[in-house]
Amino acid sequence: MSAPGRGKRRGLRLGLSILAIVILVWTFFPVYYMLLLSFTPTDDLFKPGFYVEHPTVRSYTYTMGQDNPFVRYFWRQIGNSLAVAVWAMVLVMAIAALGSFAMARLNFRFRRFVSGLTLFTYVIPSSFLSIPFFKMMADYDLIDTKLSLILAMVTFASPYALWVLSDYARSLPPEIEEAGAIDGAGTLATFIHLYLPLIRPPLIAIGTYAFLYAWNEYLYALLLLTGEPRVTLPVAMSNFLTTDNAPWNLLMAVSTVYAIPPVVLYYCFKRYLVSGLVSGAVSGT
Amino acid sequence: MSPTPRAGARRAPTRVARLLRSRTTHGFLFTAPLLFLFAAFVIYPMAFGVWYALDADSYRALFADPTFRATLVNTLWYVGFAVNVKLVLALLLSGILDYPFRWIRILAALFLIPWAVPALPGVLSFRWMLNSQWGIFNHLLTKLGFASVPWLAQHDTALGAVMVFHIWKYLPFWTIIFLAGRRAIPNELYEATAIDGASPVQNFRYVTFPLLRNLYLICTLLSMVFTLGDFTVPWLMTGGAPGDSTHVLATLAYRYTFQMGRLEWGLATFAVALPVTLGFIGLLLRWVKI
Repeated sequence: MSAPGRGKRRGLRLGLSILAIVILVWTFFPVYYMLLLSFTPTDDLFKPGFYVEHPTVRSYTYTMGQDNPFVRYFWRQIGNSLAVAVWAMVLVMAIAALGSFAMARLNFRFRRFVSGLTLFTYVIPSSFLSIPFFKMMADYDLIDTKLSLILAMVTFASPYALWVLSDYARSLPPEIEEAGAIDGAGTLATFIHLYLPLIRPPLIAIGTYAFLYAWNEYLYALLLLTGEPRVTLPVAMSNFLTTDNAPWNLLMAVSTVYAIPPVVLYYCFKRYLVSGLVSGAVSGT
Repeated sequence: MSPTPRAGARRAPTRVARLLRSRTTHGFLFTAPLLFLFAAFVIYPMAFGVWYALDADSYRALFADPTFRATLVNTLWYVGFAVNVKLVLALLLSGILDYPFRWIRILAALFLIPWAVPALPGVLSFRWMLNSQWGIFNHLLTKLGFASVPWLAQHDTALGAVMVFHIWKYLPFWTIIFLAGRRAIPNELYEATAIDGASPVQNFRYVTFPLLRNLYLICTLLSMVFTLGDFTVPWLMTGGAPGDSTHVLATLAYRYTFQMGRLEWGLATFAVALPVTLGFIGLLLRWVKI
């Protein structure tokens, strides 16, 4: 490469490095600040700075030991979050696996109707349905039960799950049904013995997606759950804010614990969590 | 395989048996749980909401409420301005993250963290940074000799904080989408323009953007619809404060319904946004196939 070319390349690298630093600061500072506060002792909370002078894990030990009125039900609440997320995961996996088989492998008559309805549910903001949904659950006396929240989460996480799974299932070879037909297997047997083992990788991914969707949900949890021992973790955390003397270091310790599972799962399944939308959008052009 | 037990099934299939074996029936059975969910928890609440929202009095009351009119303006800023700034930034950033250096790949992975962290912890961190007495921003400002700013206690900066947080949280996701879109463009196109001596700007203008345009439009529509219904970020960042001046549609509907007990106003608030939403969905249904 000629000398001016190399100079240009160096200029590019310099420009990119400066941009990279800006991006990193922008990206990490709020996260760093959360961690910083969680390690700050209460006495230093009102002395802002860029590092902790006397770091302490006391906020974490209080949280784990439920040793403060604000975190009285910490384990119960994290358990509620976990229960809702696991149920949503299992149900979404089952419903989307069944649905995707029909959508991708059975060319049935009302396929387009189902796919239109699915896209509609995916796109309509869930908050638009929140008030009627709340009213409905109140009529059935299901307020303050996990079931109501699980139903909402399954409903709103299913469309994307179906989308990703159907997309994957369409790429499978047509021999599945043929093999099933040769063995004389019915549709259900083909689904269980031939189809399910083949879609295992995206099935795990959409299970993760549903888990995270439910774990991160705030609005529906806020509306449907009320009793302090029965709310999920994000609702409990936002309840901190209603008092003037909220212990922010404790709140940030809870925040950190709450953020760890999603961060781990997002990084493990990142590829699957965006690819469905992209392929849908790109193939739609 | 002995023929005897099958003899019954071999007889000319009745209408019922044929129906039971048809693809349509199987398709319905396999999608039944899904259809049940959509009917019970999407169609029914929707119909219920629209039914309640048909009352013209609610709209008269809403448009007479200055808070509602301010909320419409806030929502327009949030959906029209913040979303588009975010997507333009995402399009540009995806170009930077597309450079084939090793450290850029690491940067791209690290850049995802705001997307992976749930909204609530992020908002809390922003709120404490913006605290007018003990926040790091005012600490810096006063150190540099400026007056401190009551970030979340005045309308403009509070709404600005909501928008900045939205960009911080969702920029990585859309950047990754555009990055995938860029990677789907065949390399030969750039090789061809390189022979013609095209500059990076010309590359973007004549190759990248025309090919990404559809993706970009779809992403804009999707992101606008999602943001139109956003509750979590504005609610946790400002809760409508100061003085109910920073509400968006979803938070105002929550306030009407659950704090003022006006269910019909809450439903009407969403109904106001419904025509726009349905228009967007109609466009998407034509462009995206699943």
